[in-house]
Amino acid sequence: MIKNFKPVLAAAAVSLTMLSQGAFAAEEQFFPLIDYRVGPYGSNGQAFYGGFIDYLNYVNLKEKGVNGVQMTWEECETEYNNAKGVECYERLKSKAAKSAGPIHTMSTGISYALIDKSAQDKLPLAMMGYGRTDAVDGSVFPYAFPLVTTYQMQASAIVKFIKDKNAGNLAGKKIVYLYHDSAYGKEAIIAMEAEASLNKFTLVQIPVAHPGNEQGAQWLKIRQEKPDFVVFWGWGVMNQTALKAAQKVGFPRDKMIGSWWTGSEEDVVPAGDAAKGYMAATWNVAGKQVPVIADIEKVVYGAGKGNLQDTGKIGTVLYNRGVSAAVLSVEAIRKGQEKYGKGKALNGEQMRWALENLNITEARLKQVGATNLLPEIKTSCDNHEGSGKVKIQQWDGAKWVPVSDWIEGNKALIHPLFQASAKQYAKEKGITPRDCSKEK
Amino acid sequence: MLYREAGQFKTTYAADQQLFPIRQDRIGVIVLLAVAFLGVPLLASEYWFSAILIPFLIFALAALGLNILTGYAGQLSLGSAAFMAVGAYAAYNFQLRIEGMPILVSFMCGGLTAAGVGILFGLPSLRIKGFYLAVATLAAQFFIVWCLTKFPWLSNNSSSGVISTQRLVLFGHELTTPVEKYLLVLSIVVFMALAAKNMVRSTTGRAWMAVRDMDVAASVIGIRLMPTKLLAFAVSSFYCGVAGALYAFCYLGSVEPDGFSLEMSFKILFMIIIGGVGSIMGSFLGAAFILLLPIFLDVALPFLAGLFGLPFSSATVSHIQITVFGALIMFFLIVEPHGLARLWQITKEKLRLWPFPH
Repeated sequence: MIKNFKPVLAAAAVSLTMLSQGAFAAEEQFFPLIDYRVGPYGSNGQAFYGGFIDYLNYVNLKEKGVNGVQMTWEECETEYNNAKGVECYERLKSKAAKSAGPIHTMSTGISYALIDKSAQDKLPLAMMGYGRTDAVDGSVFPYAFPLVTTYQMQASAIVKFIKDKNAGNLAGKKIVYLYHDSAYGKEAIIAMEAEASLNKFTLVQIPVAHPGNEQGAQWLKIRQEKPDFVVFWGWGVMNQTALKAAQKVGFPRDKMIGSWWTGSEEDVVPAGDAAKGYMAATWNVAGKQVPVIADIEKVVYGAGKGNLQDTGKIGTVLYNRGVSAAVLSVEAIRKGQEKYGKGKALNGEQMRWALENLNITEARLKQVGATNLLPEIKTSCDNHEGSGKVKIQQWDGAKWVPVSDWIEGNKALIHPLFQASAKQYAKEKGITPRDCSKEK
Repeated sequence: MLYREAGQFKTTYAADQQLFPIRQDRIGVIVLLAVAFLGVPLLASEYWFSAILIPFLIFALAALGLNILTGYAGQLSLGSAAFMAVGAYAAYNFQLRIEGMPILVSFMCGGLTAAGVGILFGLPSLRIKGFYLAVATLAAQFFIVWCLTKFPWLSNNSSSGVISTQRLVLFGHELTTPVEKYLLVLSIVVFMALAAKNMVRSTTGRAWMAVRDMDVAASVIGIRLMPTKLLAFAVSSFYCGVAGALYAFCYLGSVEPDGFSLEMSFKILFMIIIGGVGSIMGSFLGAAFILLLPIFLDVALPFLAGLFGLPFSSATVSHIQITVFGALIMFFLIVEPHGLARLWQITKEKLRLWPFPH
């Protein structure tokens, strides 16, 4: 028996030494990637994490890492399942003890489950465009970052866009809020209600039960209500169904404005003709005309190191969103290295500081080739969001075309809502909020 | 030789009626408990506690609950996850709305609320049986999840319907580390498992089994069907409810109604089918199989792939994992349709004869 085992053991030993040699060769920044590529939302995850990894690879290939620090990562598959997400987090946690990039889970449920744990373990959790939105208040949530923008700010920005279209006045207008009846869909209601009472328009809320592939009754109601606009918070198969239903009842698609989870190619292409003219908000633009996306295709895929098997996904909304997330993460690493030493990997605490002190200007975005890919971002202790801006894009039947500049939501209206909710959370959990005026 | 009850004479009724009548079993259980309470906390890492041991114990408890209903009382149910949700949300609300509520009492109230809801959804069992009853309990699954999303009061008006559980304070001491949570979960699970073991051999348990085997015959010998069936629903839901409260408070820390999906109910059902229907131990074995095997494959597959130099992406690993897992379920069900607990029973019988089988 022992004889038979020997070669196996030897092989294991050799592979282990090879592994460890690789690990200590250079300074490395480790990203625990709690991701999903299979399961119900697998195709979304493939595009997002494909973009994310491609950009990390791009930084490694193009500039030999950040000041010589190589980006490394390990993936763990969650299948968009909360329990699996927690298991993945626990598994990757010990590896992230020395150096940790921000954790992107692309799942509200998993983010919620990790908020307390990650704060305890001092690992920064990024929730870009999902997750617990009141984490904008960094005094209560030091380790959670709903970067760029949140559902509530997005809803507010969409209302602003509509308002500008109506010469700055919405009084007496009627807006239908058609939403996926889940945590995700309900999150923006509070902002829509606040906007309705501020701008004196009538808000009609119409829920659609999951999965939303039957919306006859809802659209009948919309036809009766005769709204001026439909603000649309859909998810998955619900999106194409809504577009087809709108066509059926003759509601103009260019009066329908969706959230950023309704505005990807996967949502409009299946609706075919019915999607033409439809608008959706986004915090990152689609397309390969962004310099960094074109360069990734050249450098990373040219070297045969691309992460996507289906290269047709390059330049889609979700792929570009993954790249945006990686751009922000890498920029945070640069920022952190300025404070904690160039050419050194950052641990979770240092990464947290970096994410809280991001200042990515238009000029910097241009330098990394991400002009117009995402808005400018400046974070601080009391503002973990950093931007609150979205663009409205319109589907012309073949591609998404931006039809507005970056629009910022009504911060004065929305941010107090976050603070109130964060305060309640702090009370429930017995957290003493940090004093943001003392943070540097 | 080692496992032989010959020569163990019971001289009192108490000795004859004890929970584990065979001395070797008693020793085995005591050793197991000693390892679980003393050995494991010394040896296991944080990962083991928070990702493996705690969920294993919680799901074992839920499976135990379903096993009482399905395995012992013969009522098929597809609503276990929903009853867990009731337990989790009820415990959260008791903790939230009553000042100074002890956490253990909250868990118990969560269980009792689940028991109440369980009785309500158990009512159809008085008229319908088998697969039709499964469909009726399916209603519980959808109704409860809908209800928790529909009424914001239940989630303390959280804008997204997600609740974030309160701190775990036990006798003035706050439980924060995974070890402490593990010990709390372990104590509750051990207590409830022993209680279940005792219950199923009592009059109640025998009545359940009589109903399971043939309800007409059971009613002829004087077992009242309605209280018996409803009690089974209540006890089962109580167990699931406590498991749900532990799931929220000790494992995830925050839960949403959609998390308690039909898929989770199926998972619990598979646990008892694989582990052994009508067996306390089977619930534990099934939970271990269903929860731990995927994690084991997840870790082992990339390692094996690395050994043979195969380029596996995490998606491929996930696909292979699902395939292997499915194949193993089929294999076990073909080899031993009565579940893993039955394998253990066969082993015990063999051990009794060993080393001189006849």
